[in-house]
Amino acid sequence: MKTPVKLRVNGQAHEIFVEPRKTLADALRDDCGLTGTHLGCEHGVCGACTVLLDGDPVRACLMFAIQCQDMEIRTVEGLADGEELHPMQRAFWEKHGLQCGFCTPGFLMLAVGALERKPDMDEEELKEMLSSNLCRCTGYQNILAAVRAAQAEMQ
Amino acid sequence: MTLIGQSVRRLEDRPLLTGEGRYAGDINLPGQLHMRLVRSPVAHGRILDVDILEAVDLEGVVAVWTGADVSAIPPIDFRQEGLTDLYPYRQPILAQDVVRYVGEPVAVVFANDPYTAEDAAEAVFVDVDDLPLTLDATAAPGSFDGTHSTEAAVVRTTYGSVDESFTAADKIVSVEVTVGRHTGVPMETRGALATVEPSGSLVMYGAAKVPHYNRKAIAAMLGIDTDKVILREGHVGGGFGVRGELYPEDVLVCLAALRLRRSVKWIEDRKEHLVATNHSRDQHHRISAAVDPDGFITAIRDEFWVDQGAYIRTHAATVPNLTMAMLPGPYLFPSYETTGHIRLTNKTPAGTYRAPGRYEATFARERLLDAVAHELGESPIETRRRNFIPKDQMPFSRPIRALGTVIEYDSGDYAGILDRLLEHVDHDALAAELAHRRRGGEAVGLGIAFFVEKSGLGPYEGARIQVDTEGAVRVVTGAASVGQGVETTIAQICGDGLGIPHDRIAVVHGQTDAIDHGLGAFASRVTVMTGTATYLATQELEKKAKAVATHVLEVAPEDLRLVEGRVEVAGAPDRALTLGEIAARLEPLSASGMGLEPELAAESWFTTDHMTYPYGVHAAVVSVDKETGGVVIERFVVAYDVGRAVNPMLVEGQIVGGAAQGLGGALLEEFVYSQDGQPLATSFMDYLLPTATEMVAIDVLLLEDAPSPLNPLGVKGAGEGGTTAFGAAIAAAVDDALQKPRAIFRLPITPERLRQIIHGDYPEEGAAPCK
Ligand code: FES
Ligand code: FES
Repeated sequence: MKTPVKLRVNGQAHEIFVEPRKTLADALRDDCGLTGTHLGCEHGVCGACTVLLDGDPVRACLMFAIQCQDMEIRTVEGLADGEELHPMQRAFWEKHGLQCGFCTPGFLMLAVGALERKPDMDEEELKEMLSSNLCRCTGYQNILAAVRAAQAEMQ
Repeated sequence: MTLIGQSVRRLEDRPLLTGEGRYAGDINLPGQLHMRLVRSPVAHGRILDVDILEAVDLEGVVAVWTGADVSAIPPIDFRQEGLTDLYPYRQPILAQDVVRYVGEPVAVVFANDPYTAEDAAEAVFVDVDDLPLTLDATAAPGSFDGTHSTEAAVVRTTYGSVDESFTAADKIVSVEVTVGRHTGVPMETRGALATVEPSGSLVMYGAAKVPHYNRKAIAAMLGIDTDKVILREGHVGGGFGVRGELYPEDVLVCLAALRLRRSVKWIEDRKEHLVATNHSRDQHHRISAAVDPDGFITAIRDEFWVDQGAYIRTHAATVPNLTMAMLPGPYLFPSYETTGHIRLTNKTPAGTYRAPGRYEATFARERLLDAVAHELGESPIETRRRNFIPKDQMPFSRPIRALGTVIEYDSGDYAGILDRLLEHVDHDALAAELAHRRRGGEAVGLGIAFFVEKSGLGPYEGARIQVDTEGAVRVVTGAASVGQGVETTIAQICGDGLGIPHDRIAVVHGQTDAIDHGLGAFASRVTVMTGTATYLATQELEKKAKAVATHVLEVAPEDLRLVEGRVEVAGAPDRALTLGEIAARLEPLSASGMGLEPELAAESWFTTDHMTYPYGVHAAVVSVDKETGGVVIERFVVAYDVGRAVNPMLVEGQIVGGAAQGLGGALLEEFVYSQDGQPLATSFMDYLLPTATEMVAIDVLLLEDAPSPLNPLGVKGAGEGGTTAFGAAIAAAVDDALQKPRAIFRLPITPERLRQIIHGDYPEEGAAPCK
């Protein structure tokens, strides 16, 4: 039974028509055409699907689209300002914080969301925060370096 | 302009950072169907019935197939031809009468949307009559199918006089060791989308690693012409050996697109991935050294068992063969014998994973060397030094083969890199500090393990460079990408040759309709093979550009220089033509006026029948919590000589990423099965990948002391050396921390196992002498 749902994604309204069991991640990807949010496990562990929901990083694979009615959703597609990359995106590029790039949207959203809430995280807190997502390529070293560099710039 | 050796940022990254990547799951075609597999719920049994009636009736379901619907399609072949003895062990695309592992495809559903496909797959009922299980690859072999043994093959390699050496030995030292079952687990699961284009060509998106080979194999299996099959590689979310091999699901999407005349999409979920995509490792070795009175190892004798899982997939015996070929590593070992048993069990089939055969062989060999050192009462460093192949014996060849090539180490200074490492960690001071901490009651230790890698497998790879009239450069290659930075690396080599910035260069890879030949991305071969072909093509292009400039500027070719994308007259740099201007002069009419072929383009092929052999050392400092059995890595150094690093930042990225995977296999990751063959690691809650917390900052000592003489750039592949010796180094460090030689003989070192070792109730396999 499909129902109408209104999602606000990156400041834009999307009126979609989905089954109640459709996850937020699938709705973003299939119904809003925003495929930057990736699915690495669909059981809440890898964090590839991380988006910001009213500013908080959440796993989009564990939410249903209808739960997100009228909430502010931010995805990786909304990070850059036109051609101008977000400092976090720039730092990942400069520090080689990505290889295959599959985990990258999730890490970007996680780190941006966390630093917007708490800009002065120390090294241990950053590491702790980053350990909630998985990356199979980089060994995390350059991700941590990138987040540190972006943190300085975002403050 | 020198671009080779510069840590420039990657060309690939911008779309990946903005969410504009195009991974398999991101591609959609109008009217596409969604495919979902029904997989065997039991590990071994005869199929009595597959009931599809309920599934077929669901709204939105277009077709449901069982084994009978695809019985005419042959099983999936090995990439290496002619291995007829192994044919009975190949996997059909859907199980025919028997299922052999949990997760084996039994039926397949096609529906209008993925949720419906999943519902329908759940509505298919598979009735199976259980058959006896084989779960231990070291037990006596049984029957695979009533005719063939579960021991699919016994492979052997030997040289020298092993028996004599063992008879004459002063000491014989043996260990028995195991590397657990783990694998690549890329963050993007597998996926494919097949469609029939109006031209009649079958196109499959989601290809990786070996698109040219797979195109041929798919065409042969489906009985269509190879040129009617096109494979397209988009962005690839990690490969590590497992992705891009030809699996049942790839063939099924293609077959469905042809039969149903609709585009067909399949995206694997993670639970499927962990039981369907190739597993790897899982070897058990009994290995002995014959040691002479001077402490020199005169011979090695090894016997090993490989748990191949339920079928033999595309790699056939590649992993056991690499194990045998690379086991001797950096040591002289004048005599050597190894016997490998390839055993079928009722588990997910296995294939290659980063450093295939080497992670396992290095663990066995380095554990043995540590045991020899203990037996001789000396430092493990001394034992290694005494047995190294000396630098002045390079190139060094062994009378054995790997991947069809003779093992000939092209260059290397093994003692040299060990010295560099020891100096880097200030070894004596470090050892003293650790001893001091141990006296204070801490369980801390240092472990060192050596490895030799192989890279740059031939026999060929090509590149075509084209410059348009605007001066834009395109390099078309037959290489494939699995996310390792191929575009940037190749653009750097091309830009270096032509004197233009690398970000002016577009690199094409993984498109079977763009170039006819390409062997793909595996065995750390892309930089060596495609890189060298690109380098050679820049030289051809330079010649052609100069030929044009000779006509236009009326100067002899010797007096022309290619500088920063312009051909200029030596000594008079303002008399020059840009490459774009030269391309403009090469439009067909004026080109023929100069007696030249139109277009500023050049193509070169690099062929080789020898591999290159990078090498290195891993050093680990660990502390063990004796209560919990937890291991904390305090420090980890990788010293790795890659001949020459085209982009050191990317090479270091490969090493650190590879090390994380080595860590996973050493401490965390393991596919465990219950006694009835049920896989217990089917989610990321049970199959533990390292996170930022477990990962230690890897200290990389990137060396270029031994460039390869086998290619003009001197490069060796860098993709695997971060992984290879990780397990061996950690094991040695834990032994040292516990002050208990030979304590560790099995990976992964889980807290549970380690507590048993510490508390003394672990079976003493590691110390058992071999028969
Ligand atoms: S896909 Fe959502 S956490 Fe992995
Ligand atoms: S860059 Fe590949 S998974 Fe993180």
